[in-house]
Amino acid sequence: MSALLEVSGVSVSFDGFRAINNLSFNIGAAELRAVIGPNGAGKTTFMDIVTGKTRPDEGQVLWGAESRSLLKMNEAQIARAGIGRKFQRPTVFEDQSVTENLTMALKANRNPFAVLGWKPSAASGGRVADLAAEVGLADHLARKAGELSHGQKQWLEIGMLLAQEPRLLLVDEPAAGMTLAEREQTTALLVRLAQTRAVVVVEHDMDFVRRLNCKVTVLHQGSVLAEGSLDHVTRNPDVIEVYLGR
Amino acid sequence: MTRPRALPRLLLACLLALILTVPAPPAAANPALEAVLAENLDQIERPSRRTVEPLVAEIAATGPEGLALLRAWAGRSLGLTDDGRLLIVTAEGMADAATGQPVTGADPAMLRPNSGVRGVIESALVAGAIADPDPRRRAAALDSIARSASAAHLEALRNAPEETLPALAARRERLEKLLVIQFDDDPAARVAAIQDLAGDVGLDFRAALNPLLATRRIAVPTEPDGQPQGANIARELRIGSEDFPREAAVALMTSEGLLEPRLTPAQQRTTLAAHIVDGRVGGVPVAELSDPEARDRAYEALEAAGAVPPAATEAEVEAALAATRFLDVYAEADSSVTDAARAAQTRAQVRLAAMKGIDLGLDALSLASIYFLAAIGLAVTFGVMRVINMAHGEFIMMGAYTGYVAQTMIADRTLSLVVALPLAFAVTFAAGIVLYRLVIRHLAHRPLETLLATFGVSIALQQLAKNIFGTQARPLTAPGWLEGAITVNDVISISTIRVAIFVLALLFLGLFLFIMKRTRLGLEVRAVTQNPGMAASMGINPDRIAMMTFGLGSGIAGIAGVAIGLFAQVTSELGQQYIVQSFMTVVVGGVGNIWGTLAGATLIGGLSKVIESFNPANTLAAQTFMILFIVIFIQFRPRGIIPTRGRAAEA
Amino acid sequence: MTRKPFILRNPSVLVVLAALAVFTAAVTLLSQAYGTGAIPTSMVKVLGKTLCLALAAVAMDLVWGYLGILSLGQMAFFALGGYMIGQWLMYARTETIVAASLANNPIPPTAQELQEAVANQIFGVVGSSDLPLVWSFAHSLTAQLVLVVAVPGLLALVFGWLAFRSRVNGVYLSILTQAMTLALALWLFQNDSGFRGNNGLSGLQNIPGLEGVSQASLSVWFLWASAAALAAFYVLAAWLVSGKCGSVIRAIRDDETRVRFLGYPVEGFKLVVFTLAAMITAVAGALYYPQAGIINPAELMPIASIYLAVWVAIGGRGRLYGAMIGAIVVSLLSSWFTGGRAPDLHLPGYVVSWVDWWQVALGLGFVLVTLFAPKGIAGVFDRLAGWRPPARHGRDLGPDQGSLKEQEARA
Repeated sequence: MSALLEVSGVSVSFDGFRAINNLSFNIGAAELRAVIGPNGAGKTTFMDIVTGKTRPDEGQVLWGAESRSLLKMNEAQIARAGIGRKFQRPTVFEDQSVTENLTMALKANRNPFAVLGWKPSAASGGRVADLAAEVGLADHLARKAGELSHGQKQWLEIGMLLAQEPRLLLVDEPAAGMTLAEREQTTALLVRLAQTRAVVVVEHDMDFVRRLNCKVTVLHQGSVLAEGSLDHVTRNPDVIEVYLGR
Repeated sequence: MTRPRALPRLLLACLLALILTVPAPPAAANPALEAVLAENLDQIERPSRRTVEPLVAEIAATGPEGLALLRAWAGRSLGLTDDGRLLIVTAEGMADAATGQPVTGADPAMLRPNSGVRGVIESALVAGAIADPDPRRRAAALDSIARSASAAHLEALRNAPEETLPALAARRERLEKLLVIQFDDDPAARVAAIQDLAGDVGLDFRAALNPLLATRRIAVPTEPDGQPQGANIARELRIGSEDFPREAAVALMTSEGLLEPRLTPAQQRTTLAAHIVDGRVGGVPVAELSDPEARDRAYEALEAAGAVPPAATEAEVEAALAATRFLDVYAEADSSVTDAARAAQTRAQVRLAAMKGIDLGLDALSLASIYFLAAIGLAVTFGVMRVINMAHGEFIMMGAYTGYVAQTMIADRTLSLVVALPLAFAVTFAAGIVLYRLVIRHLAHRPLETLLATFGVSIALQQLAKNIFGTQARPLTAPGWLEGAITVNDVISISTIRVAIFVLALLFLGLFLFIMKRTRLGLEVRAVTQNPGMAASMGINPDRIAMMTFGLGSGIAGIAGVAIGLFAQVTSELGQQYIVQSFMTVVVGGVGNIWGTLAGATLIGGLSKVIESFNPANTLAAQTFMILFIVIFIQFRPRGIIPTRGRAAEA
Repeated sequence: MTRKPFILRNPSVLVVLAALAVFTAAVTLLSQAYGTGAIPTSMVKVLGKTLCLALAAVAMDLVWGYLGILSLGQMAFFALGGYMIGQWLMYARTETIVAASLANNPIPPTAQELQEAVANQIFGVVGSSDLPLVWSFAHSLTAQLVLVVAVPGLLALVFGWLAFRSRVNGVYLSILTQAMTLALALWLFQNDSGFRGNNGLSGLQNIPGLEGVSQASLSVWFLWASAAALAAFYVLAAWLVSGKCGSVIRAIRDDETRVRFLGYPVEGFKLVVFTLAAMITAVAGALYYPQAGIINPAELMPIASIYLAVWVAIGGRGRLYGAMIGAIVVSLLSSWFTGGRAPDLHLPGYVVSWVDWWQVALGLGFVLVTLFAPKGIAGVFDRLAGWRPPARHGRDLGPDQGSLKEQEARA
């Protein structure tokens, strides 16, 4: 299986502190992967590197069948290449309506002049309605995003992510602050999404990861400690020591 | 009075200019002088350079009155009456030169000795002074020679008795060498003197070298191949080089008469206008003469008709240029002297450049201190609260006005300054606290709005200052011990006040470091800067800390205001002149770090001075380039010289 | 899906256009040239200039209220526009005068002589008689009109590219824009900058080729032109900030990082809006200075740009009509109060002369607006129209860096 994203030998340090240390990571075109690790293991930094927010000191990040290097691209270019990212804290544009938020995220030409000439069409309207229905916001299209509840904002953000039609989804702690019912809904959605694209879920919560039922990568001190099924990695003595030993 | 009245006059002995304007008081009667005068009246009236010397010596020997007479004689204010009396004529009246009695109603014929005679008289006067037993008079004599040297002085110096005081001896020796360089007839002596002094950067030495190296530009025919007779050639010029364009060559040849003058457009037009016949010039209709080619045609027609003198054509000019060499020749004929002078000048220039560098460094340092003082308060508030206080400049102004008010209340300058510094701190500290409580606190985390609100405060304060103190500049005078300058030599000097400001800046750096690193307040400030939420949960009141920091920053601005007011004019716009530079200092230095502010101030201060030194006349251009540099600098170090690093900086 | 025309979707645009038309017609009918003469020519000029300032404020609102960049150098573009048109006005007029005087010479002048005489006339005041290179196009109205938008546009493009590329934002960017205008002002203050140093360009109220037209008529013409420009650019700006593009622009203001992760080239959007706003401001300046008659480098000092920000803030940023109203109200009030015509306020024990105290009142009033009415005058209209900000948790933080985000309201 050719990898969609191939991270190899990446290191980055802040002020002498090595946040990521010779990290390598692969994911296929339609795969669900959970990344777990204690605080400070480098999970968020790893996502920052993939999405172009942080530049690594060394190593390679290759993308897609043609293996383009992501290191030469900026955040927007990477996002356009098909990597979507959901932040831990819901970040939607609160001063704008749900429709506007979703319309903005719709896959389309992002060039300023193209955007200026963009007109809503039946197709785009339908797509927005579909997306809203999928994330349970069909009744809230005209409301400003700022008025939504925390959970609804999370869903809106997921909707915006879907509108981008990414080939790789990076999801940072999706379950944080969600009710049990919402968690189950989220799990189902992520599993379904992973049938057609790659999804990387960064998570803390072992129960949630167990429910995803997928391959797990354990990060520790900026590098991969273990990889495999959840049962496999939880039997790994290193993992046990990291998680339980102190 | 124990000191002779002649003393002050002697001090001025050689000052020709002063002699002309300062009236000499009438001298007391002097029989010896009267006798000499009576004998030599004829020679005084028609002196000759060759024979006048013994007479002058004789007159000089008769005492102060004799010297006064000599001065008047050399200064052309000595008159001879018909009945053979010599009168000293001044703006206030006339006095008999021999008796010192005032004279009225006389109509003397003024004596006009030639320059040779005057030289003899002057050197006699100076020689008298150099030999004077009083060292102060000897020093004054050296001063006056240095101010207006002549060949006669050299003679006087050489003939003067040995100088006993080491300091004066050194000065005299140096002066003598300078005079040798300028006036000695023996080239070897001059070269030796030049080589003795080579490397010296004194203005007088450089001034002595300059005339030796002065050149004159000449054009000489290439054929025959000989050198121009006796010319000491500095260099040969190539036509078309940067400092010798073709036009300059043509102009030189024209002025030396080697070439017919070329026709300027203005001359052509005048000539053509003078030859208008029936609306035509040389057959060309006047209406067509707005075309330069038509004008040429018309002129050529006139030339052909012999109506106007021929002008040099392009081909003639070309040929003439080809047959001519262009030379810079020294006015000084002796090449050994000019060679030595050139070598000495090069050495002087190298040392001079080094010294200028040092002087520039001192200037830059003092400017950096000012920027540092002005910016430190801004950096503090910006660092802790990420808030730009646009009224910071007005706090500086407030400090300066506080200094002014303190000075109007307390007459003693030193005391008023001692009072003004803490007072300015207190006033602006209070103003800062009020501003924080009333405005900034309510705009927390909205930096742009804070910027605007504080700008509102800034224009209100500025106008308020205008309403209270008026628009004219108020003086804030430094105490006497801060006036003047510390002078190392002719090149390096720095005014005392700037040294004081430098010390003040150092003091504040130290004080600031002490507060931040060694006190509870500093600890809490650092905690709030790094993580306000965590600091709050540990029992620190971020609001109080922010308020104290803001007050501290404002207070320092007040003190900076007093310092700036000491050398700048105190007006309501004082703050405005420093605010942008202060912003730059903070931005360039990097936020939230005192060393960054220091680095920013040093960079900006240094850079301003360096750019200014390239073109001292144009400080506006210097500032423009400085700001451009900063805009570009920000490209490469968006977070300043000493940035806040790590993940905290990215949030 | 059918869409209503742009104008109908934005009724406020219609209201603004109608108000502008009524205002222009009213002033025309009361002017000395075309009406009763109730409004003196000098007042017509003031009103015309005010419209230009309103246009500059609309551009400022685009940059600040919508894009979130507090540009403290916007008036640099305004003045540059003025300088560009001023070059032609001054050159063409001087040329007419010089040509008339040279025509008395027996020999007609060559083109070169004419140009030299013009240069001597214009630059004699700064001790120069050569025409600087920057005046190469001054003889051509077309060229200078192109330069009116090209020069400020290029400056904004280069400056914006440098600043946005290195991701300078927030107060840093404000300070940089301020530095830009200061640098430009200091450069123009030099005598050898080629723009007559601190003398600036003068006599701009005389339009070459229109010597026969009285100032009374000219002032009305310029009022029309200013009103037309304001109307046209208002519609353009309203169109720009409506729809998806407007959505993205406001999103950049509120959270530019998030917009980047949506795949939008944030720097590109910023550049487009910043440059466009600079060009609009330059057009406003090019219309303003022929009415003012004189331009000098003091117009570029940072304070002028800050005042522009003050007007927009008082009017209400993030609302185009707010910016317009702010500029008109505050600039007219300022000139009334500082013009000495406002009656003194007699307090017990002190007479408040507005010439001295207006600035203080303006400064403090501005602080109050920032503190208590961040939406400015436009906030009143919003309330009347029933527009409300989202009923949300936490405080409304106003449009600046990462505003409207709950976590900041909590902190």
